[in-house]
Amino acid sequence: MRAFSELIDKLLLTSSRNRKIEILCDYFKSTPDPDRGFTLAIITNCLELKNIPISKIKEIVRENVDAELFALSYDYVGDLAETISLIWPHKENGHLPQISKMISILKNIKRDELNKKIKTFLSIANETERWALIKLISGGLRIGVSSRLAKTALAKFGDKKLDDIEKIWHGIEAPYETLFKWLSNLGPIPEIDLKKTFNPMMLANPIEENDFTNINSENFVAEWKWDGIRVQIILHDFNIKIFSRTGDDITQTFPEIESLEKEMVILDGELLVGRDYIPMNFNKLQQRLNRKKVSQKHIHDFPAFVKLYDILYLNNKDLRKKNWDERRKILETWYCKNKNRFFDLSKIINFNSWENLAEIKKNEIIDDQHEGLMIKRKYSPYISGRPKGHWYKWKKDPKTVDAILMYAVRGHGKRSSYYSDFTFGLWNGNQLSPIGKAYFGFNDNELKILDKFVRNNTIKKFGPVREVEKTFVIEIAFDSVNSSTRHKSGVAMRFPRIKRLREDKPTSEVLQLSEFKLEFL
Amino acid sequence: MKWINENLYISPINTYIDPSKPVENAIITHGHADHAKPGHKNVLATKETINIMKIRYGENCAENFQELPLNKTLKIDNVKITFYPAGHILGSVQVLAEYRGEKINFTGDYKTKKDKTCENFEPVRCHTLVTEATFGLPIFQHPNEYNEIKKLLRSLELFPERPHLVGVYALGKAQRVIGLLRQQKYDKEIFIHGALEKLCNYYMKENVFLGKFSKTNLIDKKKYQGEIILAPPSAIKNVWSRKFEDPIICQASGWMSIKQRAKQSLVELPLIISDHADWNELTEYIKLTGAENVYVTHGREEAIVHWCKMNKINGLALSLSGREDEEDL
Repeated sequence: MRAFSELIDKLLLTSSRNRKIEILCDYFKSTPDPDRGFTLAIITNCLELKNIPISKIKEIVRENVDAELFALSYDYVGDLAETISLIWPHKENGHLPQISKMISILKNIKRDELNKKIKTFLSIANETERWALIKLISGGLRIGVSSRLAKTALAKFGDKKLDDIEKIWHGIEAPYETLFKWLSNLGPIPEIDLKKTFNPMMLANPIEENDFTNINSENFVAEWKWDGIRVQIILHDFNIKIFSRTGDDITQTFPEIESLEKEMVILDGELLVGRDYIPMNFNKLQQRLNRKKVSQKHIHDFPAFVKLYDILYLNNKDLRKKNWDERRKILETWYCKNKNRFFDLSKIINFNSWENLAEIKKNEIIDDQHEGLMIKRKYSPYISGRPKGHWYKWKKDPKTVDAILMYAVRGHGKRSSYYSDFTFGLWNGNQLSPIGKAYFGFNDNELKILDKFVRNNTIKKFGPVREVEKTFVIEIAFDSVNSSTRHKSGVAMRFPRIKRLREDKPTSEVLQLSEFKLEFL
Repeated sequence: MKWINENLYISPINTYIDPSKPVENAIITHGHADHAKPGHKNVLATKETINIMKIRYGENCAENFQELPLNKTLKIDNVKITFYPAGHILGSVQVLAEYRGEKINFTGDYKTKKDKTCENFEPVRCHTLVTEATFGLPIFQHPNEYNEIKKLLRSLELFPERPHLVGVYALGKAQRVIGLLRQQKYDKEIFIHGALEKLCNYYMKENVFLGKFSKTNLIDKKKYQGEIILAPPSAIKNVWSRKFEDPIICQASGWMSIKQRAKQSLVELPLIISDHADWNELTEYIKLTGAENVYVTHGREEAIVHWCKMNKINGLALSLSGREDEEDL
């Protein structure tokens, strides 16, 4: 555990990308299997210990530390793992097991011995080990290392192509011994089962104003950017597998989708809920996500279907090197033969110039269904990642409203010393009614201004929450608004963020809640 | 608190302790900018604090200065004032005020740990303790400072080609870090940012051994490979530090125990060296003074007040304004 904790501590405090890669390479070189493989899995978020709820850890801490002092400390530090690592009051002699052993102990820990074992581990550990241990249990290291960066380090360590690592990545598992063998030139590239393996998707770049002058509209096609979740679907032997954009297997969440395909086919599309291929808004889809059990009522009320964008494999054959227009033809042919109620083709939008497309975007967009437009080069192969110059997304314009800052709390992680989570509201008669929260959208300088305002204008404290003078107007951008029974104001904003500070604006010019509902709901 | 109020005003003698605005009579506990302000009419302080104020603000930063040595009692009308060393920085004191048999002790900023760059802390018993609480949360348990300074020396061995830029507060911390390095037998020249020079010279004059140090001059970049350079944190954040090639950014501060804070300030090598009492020192000292009432001036007041309640001591937060929060300590 010592080596692992020191590694993630170093990675956290190192800001240079190259130095991070160096640190990882050194670690892969000096650490034997299976430790390095498990560490790799943790850093790339491929290993989660779901059996120990973090509430259990908090409970253990509260048994050993005064609850009020713990709460005050947590509020101040803003990071649970750090708070516990610093506040833990006991010390015992001993050494923690190495990372692979630790993972297996934690995975197999029995309920009746959990408290005792965790307590012992926390007492044996030094501060950095404690911090690492709790991060390991809670999942999500947040040390500024993306899985892409970890794979880049692997490529450098083994002198292999990053692309080759990406291709096999989703087909291999911790502790990745065959991978390290190959990287160390002691074995062949690991074989993967294509029928079970997610292929990294091709993603789009946001289109910029000057892109329109640089790219020729004749070489591009457009389709709606449907407001659902992007999925990859593998069909084989009447079976179906559904993967999210990040490669999570979400097949169980949508058990109603069936397949009659014998051969292996891999499709790319947008998963939506609705009837007759007419999508309901994202809120409805959201009710079906992240559920452990899928109820019949949900399947009945919000049936899922997929708008197909692309095809990657047909009858075991890799089509990714072919151009988009060829793949589209193949997709259309496959679709005609295999029509069923779960699949629909995403329609191609005809346009003759960018101006024309802008007009279509303006006039035909359906707020509840579309996120904007996708613009795709006709002659592009299917390239994993976010290659430049091939696919563009042209999002619809966000809506904006001016609101008044009401409450603030400290942020977490690297923002823990700033008041960076803000609640804002609109007038309701002569009172203010909170309508949402935002914790991003501002730049560092704006954050400093907001933080200073909060510190100097607090009128009340409720635990970690500060209520401020109602004098600061902020412009909020958001994607949409839905009515909500859970919020007092009766509205729930989607994706609210702080667009601009409007210190210049008097609070009397802020809208009434009723006016806001009338305009946006 | 009948004869002192929440602004640390001692009414029988019309005197404030560490006032944040110019006043007629001020007692100054130590020279840090959030405690010592220029512009008072009469200042009572230690010789060192007075000298530091003059260095920072000029000879005429107050109309009259009166020195009071440590452990000597000065009677002003019916109030007795005695200074006891606070162990925070050179010249720092706790102020014990006695009036009609009641003793109130103002800690100012303090630490109980030994420190070769200033007089060591001395505990004082009192009826009422007015304490700081900069590190008043149980997460703050400062580690051994020698181990922290060894981290810096180990990093120099590991990266002999990189300059080590250490962020330090110009008064107190800079000299403490140099002193700790000397105690570890680091006898090479140490480089300092210009803002540190006068105060380092003053410490030397007061017989605090700092060895050889000199101001950085940024013409010859190669000169600083593998060297230690001390500078205020603000200088490290601005363009000044870009003149060094591939530096390792270090910072010596009690806040560095929180990794996320270190990360925020882009510190690669945090050194947990503090001039303030940590949680254990704060709470142990409260017990040791035998005080029945504890007033908390600045820092994490809530936790100390809560701790007092747990220990059946009357605790109250004063929430003094004008004290620096966390950034520059």
